Amino acid sequence: MLAGGAKPGKREREPTVADKEEILAGLAEIVEEVAGVAQDDVSLEKSFVDDLDIDSLSMVEIAVQAEDKFGVKIPDDELANLKTVGDAVNYVSANAK
Amino acid sequence: MSRLRIKQGPAATRVLGVGSTQPERVVTNDDLSQVMETDDQWIRDRVGIIERRFADKDELLVDMAVVAGSRALEDAGVQPSEVDTVIVPNCTMPSPIPNAAAQVADRIGVKGAGAFDINAACAGFCYGLGVASDLIRSGSAGKVLVIGAEKLTDVVDPTDRANAIIFADGAGAMVVGPSDEPGIGPVAWGSAGDLVDAIYMRDHRYIYQEGQSVFRWATTQIAPIALRALELAGVEPSDVDVLIPHQANLRIVEAIAKRLRAKGARDDLVVADDIKYSGNTSSASIPMALDHMRKAGTVSSGDVILMVGFGAGLSYAGQVIICP
Repeated sequence: MLAGGAKPGKREREPTVADKEEILAGLAEIVEEVAGVAQDDVSLEKSFVDDLDIDSLSMVEIAVQAEDKFGVKIPDDELANLKTVGDAVNYVSANAK
Repeated sequence: MSRLRIKQGPAATRVLGVGSTQPERVVTNDDLSQVMETDDQWIRDRVGIIERRFADKDELLVDMAVVAGSRALEDAGVQPSEVDTVIVPNCTMPSPIPNAAAQVADRIGVKGAGAFDINAACAGFCYGLGVASDLIRSGSAGKVLVIGAEKLTDVVDPTDRANAIIFADGAGAMVVGPSDEPGIGPVAWGSAGDLVDAIYMRDHRYIYQEGQSVFRWATTQIAPIALRALELAGVEPSDVDVLIPHQANLRIVEAIAKRLRAKGARDDLVVADDIKYSGNTSSASIPMALDHMRKAGTVSSGDVILMVGFGAGLSYAGQVIICP
């Protein structure tokens, strides 16, 4: 799926709003499956730890599933920087193949 | 030049008996919350442990190994004099010299035994069982006693809540001997030494783990090792009755079971959860879990059991056995 005006094969395109919505929906599915948080509660501004009550081991499970789903690598040191759902969506959209 | 004679043992081996022991002292999550910032629910959510056993100061690793080994012999109906080799997988002897196995063999009554320790941390028991089986098959040993024994409270900082809530003490053992029918499958083992820094002794004193990286490794890389053990033994995932992963953390145990079910293991697969009442006892956890499950009646003679250990090194090993 290419955004309008992007030049394929030249340089990475900017992620569109639609891409980010798709990532958010996919991430919400994973968060619900791993941590039992309702998908509607998984919104961009929420903090994984403070708002969604997700612990460090569940974060690893979410990262492992996100790697499979979106084709990204999320090493543990990068994972530590993903404080909010929005951070994770931005990371995936910037690093997905 | 003279040609050396070699020996050939029996084609197959099996587990003849199982035994274990735990210290008397029960330590609950509430007990731990008296001495550190934690609580019962936090511990249950993170690691699935409800209580664990801590040895007293004068109860040593070798003492627990002697009791577990003797109980396994009794369960097998094997006299100490019939055993010629004793292997003690462990990683918490108070010092590297002397080893545990020689003194444990002597105290059990296995006089003059071939005796050695194996340090493959929490994978140690499955390494030891693999070695025991192959020593018999090669003709080097007749009957072998394998005893996983640990006193992890010696190497845990009692104020370090990441580790003090997990680790505990105890010993578990199996007697291995020749068999007409194969009762122990080939061992699938290996290591990931590039991840050596994930679990080590800080200042040679206290155990330290990179929690997230160990969790990621264990929940993603161990199920494939278990599947390799099945393949080596010619067993389909759907034929496995009981899964006994090293009791590291209940969430790791459940993650491994989930991956195996996705590969065809049955929904009614019995999964060991001995960690709930025993904590993580490293190389003792697998035989101890089997002993407890046999006594509770959740495992029966003839069941196909898949065992897999994993830990510091990083090291891993697994095999299929038929329950005695």
